[in-house]
Amino acid sequence: MSIIQVEKLTKVFGKNTKQALKLLNEGKSKEAILKETGCTVGVNQASFSVEQGEIFVIMGLSGSGKSTLVRLINRLIEPTMGSIFIDEEDLSKMDKTALRQVRREKLSMVFQKFGLFPHRTILKNAEYGLEIQDVPKEVREKKAKEALELVGLGNYLEQFPGQLSGGMQQRVGLARALANDPKVLLMDEAFSALDPLIRKEMQDELIDLQTTMQKTIVFITHDLDEALRLGDRIALMKDGSIVQIGTPEEILVHPANDYVEKFVEDVDKSKVLSAQHIMKRPETINVEKHGPRVALERMREEGLSSIFVVDGKRNLKGYITADDASDARKKDIRDVQQIIKTDMPTVNKDTALHDIFSIIYDSQVPVTVVEEGKLVGVIVRGSVIAALAGEGEVNVENA
Amino acid sequence: MLNSLLDFIPKLPIAEGTEWVTDKTKETFAFLFEPIKKYLNEFMGFFTDDVLLAIPPVIFILAVAVLAFFVSGKKFGLAAFSIVGLWLIYNQGHWENLMNTVTLVLLASILSVIIGVPIGILMSKSKIANTIITPILDFMQTMPAFVYLIPAVAFFSIGMVPGVFASLIFATPPTVRFTNLGIRQVSSELVEAADAFGSTGAQKLFKVELPMAKSTIMAGINQTVMLALSMVVIASMIGAKGLGREVLSSLQRAEVGTGFVAGLGIVILAIIIDRITQNMNKKK
Repeated sequence: MSIIQVEKLTKVFGKNTKQALKLLNEGKSKEAILKETGCTVGVNQASFSVEQGEIFVIMGLSGSGKSTLVRLINRLIEPTMGSIFIDEEDLSKMDKTALRQVRREKLSMVFQKFGLFPHRTILKNAEYGLEIQDVPKEVREKKAKEALELVGLGNYLEQFPGQLSGGMQQRVGLARALANDPKVLLMDEAFSALDPLIRKEMQDELIDLQTTMQKTIVFITHDLDEALRLGDRIALMKDGSIVQIGTPEEILVHPANDYVEKFVEDVDKSKVLSAQHIMKRPETINVEKHGPRVALERMREEGLSSIFVVDGKRNLKGYITADDASDARKKDIRDVQQIIKTDMPTVNKDTALHDIFSIIYDSQVPVTVVEEGKLVGVIVRGSVIAALAGEGEVNVENA
Repeated sequence: MLNSLLDFIPKLPIAEGTEWVTDKTKETFAFLFEPIKKYLNEFMGFFTDDVLLAIPPVIFILAVAVLAFFVSGKKFGLAAFSIVGLWLIYNQGHWENLMNTVTLVLLASILSVIIGVPIGILMSKSKIANTIITPILDFMQTMPAFVYLIPAVAFFSIGMVPGVFASLIFATPPTVRFTNLGIRQVSSELVEAADAFGSTGAQKLFKVELPMAKSTIMAGINQTVMLALSMVVIASMIGAKGLGREVLSSLQRAEVGTGFVAGLGIVILAIIIDRITQNMNKKK
């Protein structure tokens, strides 16, 4: 069951919203609507759902409507049309009191420029969400302290936000959001104001936190690398519409249209793609059935200089080279066990392409992809290069 | 020919209308104005005679100096100025006038703040209120201050109370404007943060907006106090006691010297009040 379900969520800024909606339904473009009605379409019929425990990244350039979209989710901006279901309750139809209750209990937000209250100490900032719910002082202080400990700021309770660096301030922002123990975290360009090193550090920390806490996170960013690093799924926005929703691999490998393709063109694919995307079906012989003669025959057929050896259950036993096989045949050795070599490099399915470079560079034989001892694929140099060049077959389906 | 166009509409009875409104107001709200006049008068008399004048001038001067010393961040400048300035007023025999003026300014300022801050909050929250009240504030500030004396006298006859009333009208606008401005200037992200965590309107106002707007509001209050002080001389025309009355009577008798001395007293008081309220604002 999805935690967040958004249906046809639309925001039109301006006076003549009815007219604009009508034109929108007719499929007119953003520019055409602006020209005809003077209304700006902020978000155009966005629909998606976010599952429990997922990091859902909404990505787009500035002006694409991503910040508007995240504010529509907690109704900081009133939607013009469409619905938002949180835990199957329709937020868009709630009155103020009910909405406030949902904001207090289920949704917390982290802001781009931190949004900390400068007149309150770090502890008081982290307490804010609980304070306004009239949680007793001891309880809220305890929870706020725990949240601050979690983000590594346990020693800064009595400081003021102005005394902290940007990275630390955003940790406070995160702690303030976590202190409420919300189901959903809405993070609006939360790391964009930080310098690159700190940003990466915060991303890592968020991923760590996420593995232990299993919150549902909606993360807004304009930074593709960030989206790819954090996102379980990514929604790419352009001109207020969602252009594509998919896993990072899907977006990289099967861009829905030219826009997405352009967008992902410069991505360092080596950090996103992993062994499973570029591996090929391995040529093997069965150690229990085949001897050097069969091995040599296979290699000749496939044009290989070595071949992998598995047992009946596809457990990887090693490889034999063409030279060894032909020697063995001359010496009339029947058992491949005697000429088998086991120094082949091994990676698992999730090893990043990035890390495969050095392994494959040093290796005479293809890199093997092994899962629970079983050989599931091999990687040859050619496929690494092809993947980086954005050509060749990359199997997202394996994912 | 052209003039007849202008004369087409006979003279509008604005003056008569205003008078009628004033009369009616006076009649209708007499039950309100009378007790206000009575009790406020008694209170001001009590405050001046039994509180301010009951304090020995030496102690009063020292107390102001100590206050000045601490609000100015433990510097001696303002404290020294307060001692010398207040002593000079005492030396010139204007101590009682000074205390009357202080009462008038203090009361007018406090009332202005009590009335002005909520109106400012209302304006910051409601577009309609903002549209309606802004021109009224412009009107209040540009109408010559003397004009307020007339309804003040009509409602409260002469004395200190109409002085407070006139000062109130003249001095409230800055507090209203600065409160409005201060709240509107609170960064939208902080307002969003307050909303996103589910604050009620009151929680947002008291926990975020007012604390954030504090220094702007304080600047407005400073202006209000200074305007109240500037009304001292004008209010003396309708019988308010204090340094202003001395200025007025020396004007009537063409006595440059006494006029200067009383005026100097007002200047000294203005500087002390201004610096103290400004420093209070800077402190945090």
